[in-house]
Amino acid sequence: MDSLANTVQQVFNEPACGKNQGKDDKARKKGCTRALQPGAAAGGCAFDGAKIALAPITDVAHLVHGPIACEGNSWDNRGAKSSGPLLYRTGFTTDINETDVVFGGEKRLFRAIKEILAKYDPPAVFVYQTCVTALIGDDIEALCKAASVKFGKPIIPVNAPGFVGSKNLGNKLAGEALLEYVIGTKEPEYTTPYDINIIGEYNLAGELWQVKPLLAELGIRVLACISGDARYHEVASAHRARAAMMVCSKAMINVARKMEERYGIPFFEGSFYGVSDMSEALREIARLLIARGAPADLSGRVETLVAREEARAWARLSAYRPRLQGKRALLITGGVKSWSVVAALQEIGIEIVGTSVKKSTKEDKERIKKIMGDEAHMIEDMTPREMYGVLKDARADIMLSGGRSQFVALKAKVPWLDINQERHHAYAGYDGMVALVGEIDKALTNPIWGQVRRPAPWDAKVAS
Amino acid sequence: MTAPAAIHDRAAGLATKACTVNPLKMSQPLGAALAFLGIAGSMPLFHGSQGCTAFGLVLFVRHFRESIPLQTTAMNEVTTILGGGENIEKALLNIHKRAKPAFIGIASTGLTETKGDDVAGDLRLIKGAHPELDMPIVYVSTPDYQGAFQDGWAKAVTAIMEALAVPAPTVKGQVTILPGCHMTPGDIVELRDIVTDFGLSPIVLPDLSGSLDGHVPEDFSPTSLGGTTVTEIGQIGASEATIAIGEQMRPAAQVLTEKTGVPAKVFDSLTGLAAADELYAYLSALSGRPVPDKYRRQRSQLVDAMLDAHFFFGGKRVAIGAEPDLLWALGAWCKDMGCELAAAVTTTESPVLARLAAEGVRLGDLEDLEAQAGGCDLLITHSHGRQAAHRLGIPFLRMGLPIFDRLGAAHRVIVGYKGTRDLVFEVGNIFLANGHEWQPGDGAFDVLQDHRQGPAAGDATCAGVGLPHHSTRET
Repeated sequence: MDSLANTVQQVFNEPACGKNQGKDDKARKKGCTRALQPGAAAGGCAFDGAKIALAPITDVAHLVHGPIACEGNSWDNRGAKSSGPLLYRTGFTTDINETDVVFGGEKRLFRAIKEILAKYDPPAVFVYQTCVTALIGDDIEALCKAASVKFGKPIIPVNAPGFVGSKNLGNKLAGEALLEYVIGTKEPEYTTPYDINIIGEYNLAGELWQVKPLLAELGIRVLACISGDARYHEVASAHRARAAMMVCSKAMINVARKMEERYGIPFFEGSFYGVSDMSEALREIARLLIARGAPADLSGRVETLVAREEARAWARLSAYRPRLQGKRALLITGGVKSWSVVAALQEIGIEIVGTSVKKSTKEDKERIKKIMGDEAHMIEDMTPREMYGVLKDARADIMLSGGRSQFVALKAKVPWLDINQERHHAYAGYDGMVALVGEIDKALTNPIWGQVRRPAPWDAKVAS
Repeated sequence: MTAPAAIHDRAAGLATKACTVNPLKMSQPLGAALAFLGIAGSMPLFHGSQGCTAFGLVLFVRHFRESIPLQTTAMNEVTTILGGGENIEKALLNIHKRAKPAFIGIASTGLTETKGDDVAGDLRLIKGAHPELDMPIVYVSTPDYQGAFQDGWAKAVTAIMEALAVPAPTVKGQVTILPGCHMTPGDIVELRDIVTDFGLSPIVLPDLSGSLDGHVPEDFSPTSLGGTTVTEIGQIGASEATIAIGEQMRPAAQVLTEKTGVPAKVFDSLTGLAAADELYAYLSALSGRPVPDKYRRQRSQLVDAMLDAHFFFGGKRVAIGAEPDLLWALGAWCKDMGCELAAAVTTTESPVLARLAAEGVRLGDLEDLEAQAGGCDLLITHSHGRQAAHRLGIPFLRMGLPIFDRLGAAHRVIVGYKGTRDLVFEVGNIFLANGHEWQPGDGAFDVLQDHRQGPAAGDATCAGVGLPHHSTRET
């Protein structure tokens, strides 16, 4: 556990994290995760976070070392899409039993790796530690090292047992595993001055594919996406990229920062959500690439593309303006989306009655203030009951949130749209923003709302 | 730790494997949580790391398409080592403060069982120190590394019996129904209607039809939206009889008999003509009333459905992956209809498995099922079977839990004459829609030969046929 404890401390000590820089030594040591309140906690564990971050690597086997709960209760439950291999959607687990708990699970784990290699022949196996196997002292790092030697294939330990912390910490520990064992272990077949990494993008609902064609048009190659629709060899050779973009707020900031440190790959934090953010991301990518020696005409080509795409996007979005003007949206999400989506919605006349900032950084909040003009609409924390109240009292026409609060809205008979990880629609890039507004329009104008809000005949009679 | 049932599932294996691939099984605490969710105003609590709860929550939300109250003691590395008593205390106080539940059910997890927390002892201390925690708090031990979902449900119901059932003077006409976890809210509604139509008044425990039947409540609730009330649980000792559905419920029914003297009748299935006949005959005898005309008509409809549909069932090869009681209900019914149970995979030990032994039931995973299901006419399992069905190119019927890629999972009904009739039509239509159309050159068809040769599946197709009951997992 010692090495794990060290890694956790290191991750907490992330110098590139703005939030972290504002803390004193003691606060920094305590870590960036809030203390969990027993009986009032919500959200996934570190293992969950690690799995989320790495599972989108499509061609490897993801083997969960633990009791059936960790994989059996959760596998194949996210929408990270693949353009090729499907092995990442196969659930592998050692499903340890009581004997393993008493005598140790390492033998079973070793044989499980062997079976997977024999049956499925993946380029690598990722082995995930869990609470029980950590507690009984199974040393997955040593075992994976031995297995790598024995089988001649990379066997990657992902040491993020659930009980070390939150999902966010798990994201970062997954990143540490990539830094330690994967990135830099292979060379790309060729390189170009236009090679970039995208870090913290999981290709949920296929969002990466809304962005990739634009990059391709500019001649920019995604050397590795970490980890959406990735192949093992891409991640392994990611160290040859010329620049990197970090998506999804701070989930994998340690990967971006350490790759800059080790391989001199500059990075910026950006978002693919929202028209102007998408343009900003393209400009920033170009700027970093040019600074590293890419031809300077890239900048002009980006501007041409941005002008064309923005004009096209706004033209399509403005068609919705007469339909959506004055509608009020409640936005319950976190981080980047708390402001990047706001701008686009405001642009077509949707009023934002509130946006949650629970998971937002200081910079996120500054941007919200800038976009919305004041702080009045920032919601620090909102219980489901309060959300229900807002919706039931018709103080919002639609709620945009994650699946967790879906039924708060629906039971209040108010339109709702999924904008978090389980969503079925892709909302990235210019097309994605048009798709998002299209979905909002569909949700708001569905004829069921009038019907389901109508009182039952027996109640109506009483009223009249 | 007690004699491990889970070890048994790896005993005497023919082929052995160390790695479970594409799990069919889910863990015990989840089953326990679902049972607790059938109590009104309830808040289930996992004693474990917060991820245990998050995974369970997501799974149930996706299946039922409902908000799910489920909390966690949020154990971390340090509290695990030091013992979780303090976390349980904090959790209970927080839940009481925020949600005011009428009932709290605590299930342990692999993490806290490995450490060996004495939850029962902790609870006594906590209740002593906090008289405001005056709601019933039921604890059940459900380590993730033993048994499966169905066991967790059964243990939770048994724990509720042990904690809350008391003897009481018999109330004429009152019966207790103990549904297994394989019964949907829709199944429970149907069974309650049937029982009520015999003039009996049932108390259902746990009653998911009150909490997870997908209705729109008048106001927001942080706890379960309905279910068996704590008062009702206190009255089950007054029932004339206990009706348990599924072998999994036998231990709970027995505890109830021991504690209250109420006699129990266990039905291993309510699906199929013979199984349903047994139910209606029993209810008629218990109530002293003839079977109502409505059900006589429904029986006649079921018989007619079987006559109309049997053409399409005869000789069909079906592969089923399900927990034991659901596997038994569906497997026995498939055989009743003339199908061959070509592959059967389940999650945990049960007496019903021996009755299916001739077909070779495995305690295994969906990889095992897929290996045997090639060339079958139908695959039946929960939504996680979708990948296998796609690869095999065979029709797929979603049954069990989770069903996250289809609507209305809570309202599927397969019990009684009417439920069976509709199941006959549903499966019959699948066979009809996927029937083989004769092509020139197909040649003579030999039932005994051709049925054994699934396309591209080779020997694996009949690997499950005739094997004794065994496991695919190593010891």
